[in-house]
Amino acid sequence: MLLIECPHCGPRAEIEFRCGGEAHIARPADPSALDDNAWAEFLFYRSSPKGVHAERWNHAHGCQRWFNALRDTMSDRILATYPAGAARPNITTIEAAR
Amino acid sequence: MRFSLLSLVRNAFSNHQNWGRQWRQPEPKKTYDAIIVGAGGHGLATAFYLASEHGLTNIAVIEKGWLGGGNTGRNTTIIRSNYLYDESAALYDHALKLWEGLSQALNYNVMYSARGVLMLAHNHHDVMSFKRHIYANRLNGVDNEWLSREQVKDFCPPLNISPDIRYPVVGGALQRRGGVARHDAVAWGYARAADALGVDIIQNCEVTGFKRDASGAIAGVETTRGPIATKKVGVVAAGHTSVVMARAGLRMPLESFPLQALVSEPVKPVFPCVVMSNTIHAYISQSDKGELVIGAGTDQYVSYSQQGGLHVTTHTLDAICELVPEFRRMRMLRNWGGIVDVTPDRSPILSKTPIAGLYVNCGWGTGGFKATPGSGHAFAHTIAHDTPHAVNAPFTLDRFRTGRLIDEAAAAAVAH
Ligand SMILES: Cc1cc2nc3c(=O)[nH]c(=O)nc-3n(C[C@H](O)[C@H](O)[C@H](O)COP(=O)(O)OP(=O)(O)OC[C@H]3O[C@@H](n4cnc5c(N)ncnc54)[C@H](O)[C@@H]3O)c2cc1C
Ligand SMILES: [Zn+2]
Repeated sequence: MLLIECPHCGPRAEIEFRCGGEAHIARPADPSALDDNAWAEFLFYRSSPKGVHAERWNHAHGCQRWFNALRDTMSDRILATYPAGAARPNITTIEAAR
Repeated sequence: MRFSLLSLVRNAFSNHQNWGRQWRQPEPKKTYDAIIVGAGGHGLATAFYLASEHGLTNIAVIEKGWLGGGNTGRNTTIIRSNYLYDESAALYDHALKLWEGLSQALNYNVMYSARGVLMLAHNHHDVMSFKRHIYANRLNGVDNEWLSREQVKDFCPPLNISPDIRYPVVGGALQRRGGVARHDAVAWGYARAADALGVDIIQNCEVTGFKRDASGAIAGVETTRGPIATKKVGVVAAGHTSVVMARAGLRMPLESFPLQALVSEPVKPVFPCVVMSNTIHAYISQSDKGELVIGAGTDQYVSYSQQGGLHVTTHTLDAICELVPEFRRMRMLRNWGGIVDVTPDRSPILSKTPIAGLYVNCGWGTGGFKATPGSGHAFAHTIAHDTPHAVNAPFTLDRFRTGRLIDEAAAAAVAH
């Protein structure tokens, strides 16, 4: 089980959280301008990287706020957590987080 | 070398010391007519049918680890074909029909055992949904029948059907042709049969990149043992599909998650069939060695760690202990994880790709073992003819653009 640092409440056990999938996927500003490829990309295509992944978490059984995390998907180590709306920290390798 | 009573007797006289190797350890050639990336059950089956049904024998299966070491060797081996949609029923039943004759076709005992797969209903919603599946299956010629609570108990006596447990059993759907097979034997049987037809199985060799010709079509692969030329590549890399396809510059509608399983200490035969409960999340059968084989859930986050959280297995054991109280004192021997590649509609992709000569077979997620023979058979056809077989024609990559999804996710929520 992961130990996750909620930016608002501090470190808590994973069972208090729901993972909301990949972060920083912006809702299209002008939906009717999108073609089928762009819709497919927005709705269904995901990075699923073997390495650093930016993902959304909801502290469901706590403050109930959404925030983002960077996690290394090989070790499951969380490299950073940051409030929703903040820019993605510039960590692209697990080494950079050490 | 064929396995037969005669070969068994002959080898008994030499104390079984002289059995030959099951497959070669060839050096990679410079060129092949086709290359399969990934020696799991699906990749090996693809190679076997390419050689046996389409006459392509100058081909290789390239595996970064050892053959059958991925999800094929890690799964809980539940086999069934009672999926809701016409497309899925056709694909999975194509596989089930091949399972029925597979040991003979491969001359290798894959221990397919049609002991019945019983899916438990715990509430009104389950009953409605299972009956809908049963009627849809019957229209598609797929066996599936409704059992009352008492019939469930008759079919699987260890189950606790008392009405005062938290999620009482109110009935079940039974597919009698469903069952289990020995996962390792499936990989080994296909590997041995493909090797005998001339297919090179190259282990400990990772595909690290793709070569393209001037038109953009596939011209070969880069591997940790050097470049190999070929015009056709089939990627069958399960949990690592997104990683491999990224090396060809393609993004995929997939996410990879850990899925766990565990086995108990071996005991005498106590559990006659496969029992599944999607509602309380329990999947259980007993192997011929006597271990209870238990499937747990996926973790909620993308991961390649091949291990999941302990709370996920604990949750499953809670459910098992309630369903079969006599298992409460059993000890669990081992637990492990595999990385499963999940599509948005929980249906697989067996398809051509935007790159000429590149084919992909993936997205089987938590439930592809049951499809191994059918998947390999249909995918071999797709590669050999550059056009899909009728059973996999709907399972394109393009369906995520057209919206023509095969939404088993909505139909089952979990797909084992
Ligand atoms: C715990 C668990 C329980 C399951 N239970 C069931 C069940 O009860 N019933 C069911 O039907 N299904 C089940 N499944 C799903 C099933 O195991 C898979 O869908 C199926 O085995 C996938 O087979 P495969 O041959 O595609 O994949 P794999 O066996 O994973 O083979 C893929 C291979 O590709 C190789 N590879 C990856 N990248 C590269 C590369 N770059 N170069 C070379 N090789 C590469 C890997 O090393 C691997 O050997 C379960 C899965 C798990 C993990
Ligand atoms: Zn919080």
